Amino acid sequence: MESVAYSYGEELLSDLNISISQGSFYFLTGPSGSGKTTFLKMCYGSLIPTSGKLSVFGKNLPGLSRDEIAFLRRKTGVVHQDCQFLDHLNVADNIALPIMVSARNSLSDNVNLKELLNWVGLSHRSKALPPELSGGERQRAALARAIIMSPDIILADEPTGNIDWEMSQRLIRLLIELNHMGKTVVIATHDLNLIRFTKASVQARVLRISNKSVQLAGSDL
Amino acid sequence: MASVKNIFIPDRYVNQIVPTNGFTTLLTFFTSASMAFLIVFSVAMSFAADRLARSWSDSLANSATLRVSAPTADLDSQTDAALHVLSKTKGIASFRLLKAEEQQALLEPWFGPKVPINNLPMPRLISIEEDENGYDRVGLRLRLAAEVPSAVLDDHTRWREPLIKAAYRIWFLGWLSIGLVFFIVIAMMTLVTRAALSSNRKVIEVLRLVGATDQYIAAAFVRKFAFRAFFGSMLGAFIASMTLFLLPPEADQNAILTGIRLEGLEWSWLIVVPLSFFVLTFLTARISSLSILKSLT
Repeated sequence: MESVAYSYGEELLSDLNISISQGSFYFLTGPSGSGKTTFLKMCYGSLIPTSGKLSVFGKNLPGLSRDEIAFLRRKTGVVHQDCQFLDHLNVADNIALPIMVSARNSLSDNVNLKELLNWVGLSHRSKALPPELSGGERQRAALARAIIMSPDIILADEPTGNIDWEMSQRLIRLLIELNHMGKTVVIATHDLNLIRFTKASVQARVLRISNKSVQLAGSDL
Repeated sequence: MASVKNIFIPDRYVNQIVPTNGFTTLLTFFTSASMAFLIVFSVAMSFAADRLARSWSDSLANSATLRVSAPTADLDSQTDAALHVLSKTKGIASFRLLKAEEQQALLEPWFGPKVPINNLPMPRLISIEEDENGYDRVGLRLRLAAEVPSAVLDDHTRWREPLIKAAYRIWFLGWLSIGLVFFIVIAMMTLVTRAALSSNRKVIEVLRLVGATDQYIAAAFVRKFAFRAFFGSMLGAFIASMTLFLLPPEADQNAILTGIRLEGLEWSWLIVVPLSFFVLTFLTARISSLSILKSLT
């Protein structure tokens, strides 16, 4: 990001200058309404910066066509706090959705849906509908969907916001495991315990959004 | 191209991505069926009117009637004189004097059977058929005026033309109705697509989140509607064809109702109508959905 700003009529973020390297682990913190979600949405092309240069995978986002942004999202795994599933499809179909929309007619050899369900601990819930899942199960299903295309970067927006501490730890362990596989992970959260828990296992950096800009936080966390 | 492929390739996911809304589905299906029924009937009516106009035009164009109205004492001599003039006129293939029974049959619709026409001062009627070159109408009228002053030549132009005009008007109205029905189909599909997309905003958000292009999302919606409309129009066309079969035979009908049916190649409309529905709904839904998706950021 070079001098990136975003405005919803009123300026929310301004003069953002940051570079996130491949394989790193970042937390994004800040008070509610500070722009954490907006920051992440700009990273996966859901929002286009009002000014500045934002490059993702070497491509300048504001210059991309709608199709190019769609292709970019296939290389970016996104986990939302409210998960966003298609409620009429079962868990397995929801997780396989990115594969299906990417013009591949079937699951590729590289992706084993059963293994993925097993990895996130949802093998027994594969036929359940999203509304039948608990908060923790929904987050793990969202994580599975986010990584099924083997993305280079995983963006998680308050992934533990609606789940208990035990389940949060379980989810963060999965994300740490992905980071160890070389994936870039960026998590927006205001849960300091979660950050401390993660930093015990992985070299995680913390970005703090305040006064419309983002700064690298010190080691006081 | 990939999105067009998505329309035809059986894909469980593309079918399932858009949740089935029973009401919209039924509405699309039955509206298409009703519209197809109306189109097939309008087509049959237009073809019937066209046949009627051509039949009237062909059968009456080469014929004329000579009416000899004279006092009873002069009627026979005037009729003979008229027959003599006709026999000397070039361009007339045949002519014959109508018999008393034939004249009685002509009057039957107004006066009922067994009218005692022998007691009435009835004119004599001579039916004339012209050959392919035709005869000189003006010249014949002048000769008749000189030799048979009581004779009136009626070449049917006066009443043939309004009838043909009326038949062609019905033909035109039939095709206009077809055009209007197709316009309604386009309007219906635009509204249905708009309603479906706006009631499935969450589905669109999720699909975009996982990397679906607008073409893919549009294909998922278009596929749903185009096939519903196709199957609905097939049902409508089938019911219309059955109804045409079950219409009473011509002898039992009157006036314009005579001959509302499809003949020969005209039956191909039963295939053309559903296919047109498919193409029309596909194009309408695709254009509408892509335009709406473009406006949804």
